[in-house]
Amino acid sequence: MLNALWLIPALPFLGAFVLILFGSRLSWKVAAMIGAGSVGLSALITVLVGIDFLSTGQTSFQYLAWRWFQVGDLDTSFSFYLDKLSLVFIFVITFVGFLIHIYSIEFMEEDPGFSRFFAYLNLFVCSMLILVLAENLLLLYLGWEGVGLCSYLLIGFWYTEEKNGYAARKAFIITRVGDTALAIGLFILFTTFHTLSIQDILSQAPQSWTVGTSMAVMVAFLLLGGAVGKSAQLPLQTWLPDAMAGPSPVSALIHAATMVTAGVYLITRMHVIYELAPLAQLWVGIIGSVTLLLAGFSALTQFDLKRVLAYSTISQIGYMFLAMGLGAWSSAIFHFMIHAFFKALLFLAAGAIIMALHHEHDMFRMGGLKKKLPVIYWTFLIGAASLAALPFVTAGFYSKDQILWLAWAGEKANVGFFLAALVGAFVTAIYTFRMVFITFFGEEKTHVSHVPGWRINTPLIILAILSVIGGFIELPHTLGHFALFTDYLSPLLPSVSLREGVEQSEWTIQIVAGLLSLGGVYIAYYVFVQNIPLSEEIKSSAYGVHQYWFYGWGFDSLYNTLLVRPFVYFSRLNKNDFIDKFYTMLVSIAEFFNSVFAKTQSGLLRWYLMGIVVGAILIITISLFIQS
Amino acid sequence: MNKLPIESGLILAGILFILGLISVMVRRNIIFMLISVEIMLNASGLAFIVAGSRWAQADGQVMFIFILTMAAAEVSVGLALILQIYHQLKTLDSDAADKMNG
Repeated sequence: MLNALWLIPALPFLGAFVLILFGSRLSWKVAAMIGAGSVGLSALITVLVGIDFLSTGQTSFQYLAWRWFQVGDLDTSFSFYLDKLSLVFIFVITFVGFLIHIYSIEFMEEDPGFSRFFAYLNLFVCSMLILVLAENLLLLYLGWEGVGLCSYLLIGFWYTEEKNGYAARKAFIITRVGDTALAIGLFILFTTFHTLSIQDILSQAPQSWTVGTSMAVMVAFLLLGGAVGKSAQLPLQTWLPDAMAGPSPVSALIHAATMVTAGVYLITRMHVIYELAPLAQLWVGIIGSVTLLLAGFSALTQFDLKRVLAYSTISQIGYMFLAMGLGAWSSAIFHFMIHAFFKALLFLAAGAIIMALHHEHDMFRMGGLKKKLPVIYWTFLIGAASLAALPFVTAGFYSKDQILWLAWAGEKANVGFFLAALVGAFVTAIYTFRMVFITFFGEEKTHVSHVPGWRINTPLIILAILSVIGGFIELPHTLGHFALFTDYLSPLLPSVSLREGVEQSEWTIQIVAGLLSLGGVYIAYYVFVQNIPLSEEIKSSAYGVHQYWFYGWGFDSLYNTLLVRPFVYFSRLNKNDFIDKFYTMLVSIAEFFNSVFAKTQSGLLRWYLMGIVVGAILIITISLFIQS
Repeated sequence: MNKLPIESGLILAGILFILGLISVMVRRNIIFMLISVEIMLNASGLAFIVAGSRWAQADGQVMFIFILTMAAAEVSVGLALILQIYHQLKTLDSDAADKMNG
């Protein structure tokens, strides 16, 4: 069964291919079956491959599909590499992807671009699978670019509205900056190791580079640049809130569960290089912690439901980066998996709400939906509880708590990381439940026009169940130490060793974390349900700060002034394209002479006659002179 | 009989030729151009006659008959073309037929 590994990315590709070619001629039902069915089959094969892989107990499996090209030293191939890390990722991608495809059947039902949507979505799933299954960095880069392309296509899906195209271009260009850094990193890796095969690089790196070599640090920083772009971390985080212009299934799949975690995958996969470059690893943690705070505070001020979730995604990926900065690779992956479940759930539920309220995005114009949309309310509540990491019952608690604990107790921990994670957890609880209370409680300000059907409810329920039980596979020491997930990943990803004498404080940290999340919920309840005028007062008294956080800490206007305006200025200056002038000048000289000589063709008989006579005289004179 | 030097005959033929040429270049009326071309033809015919009499051979006279025949044919074709031009342009001004310019 392991030999069917290639089918996992191939089936969505086939689906995309068929839908692109014949989509407009297929009926709605057939397009839906092809689109969702291909990913569903992939999910099924993933399960079978996973069972086979885990039962044989091997550490890795490689499948060579075909040789791509061989130029000089570089011999790349389309080969897929399955190990425990990529197995986690393909499980999440295909499974969550399949649920989102089912959801999209109903969500995009009325849309004329139905088959186009599924084509792009399938192409995205294929690219993401190639990315995580790639055995060499060039194939990974192919998947990386593929997901960037599909992100652009899907954000700008409703392209007739100009702002959607703008958001799509913004996302593409900003991630491109990261992609360039990644490409340069790949170049350096190739010139050093003469191969782009990931496992070869990872095994040769500790031998060629000692800890702290400048080359290793440079490569690690460049890879970090690429990861930062794709995962929307500082300083390349500005595209993700605007990317909410795309349909909600897109936001759920791409900008919550999968594409934005490509950066996390990259850094975790190349963890050997980060262990050889402690400075870069420290900066991974710094970027993660600063971003999580920044995005958390921004999320507190948003009124668009999806934008809160976008900033929340940025913040949670900051947690994953923080975990990687601490060397807690398996914790980062665990949080990735749990985050994929609850964030996809939250986005899908938000999409259902927006659809039910006839495209109303503003939370403050919602309200009273508790009774009207019960399934959505309960699933959203479970997802929000997981996000806010409510103690013991939600999966988010177990994954985030582990990161919090290691930020205090890990060997690379420092006070800054720990405080950032703690404050971040508190702010997360507040903004999450602010979102829940404003949207579902209170009076109904917009009427429900469309109640969702089973295709929307079922994925929500499944994801809600996973958001609760998903955490039980990894219990901390104090609660029985059932470290199934860490053990599963342990030979592959080294575990974190703790500082001296901190084991005792694990209970304290957990209690503090639990209290913070419950406290955040209570504060949100008090300010947004019981004492609503208080929220108005806070907003108006701190209006400057509120607006600063609302506009994403001014990054958009900073980039606008620093980069966009000078670029537009220079392109306007070069409107007539002075470099091209040289070539157009050649053309105008030729045209000039042409017009001069064209005048000699006057069409008059007498003129031509005179030409003949003058020519004859000249020839006779010259021949007479030559003769004499 | 007094032999005229052959050069006078050739000079006469040359002057007639040049007169005809200038006349073709200067005139605007197509029929006058045709007449001028006739003058040029006759001038060249005179040159042939003079040369033939210088060497006392009949070739000069024969050439002149050829030239006369050719001139007659040419004039008939030319007049037919002039009739067409007049039919199209309603004028005999040669400057009016300047469409193939630029």
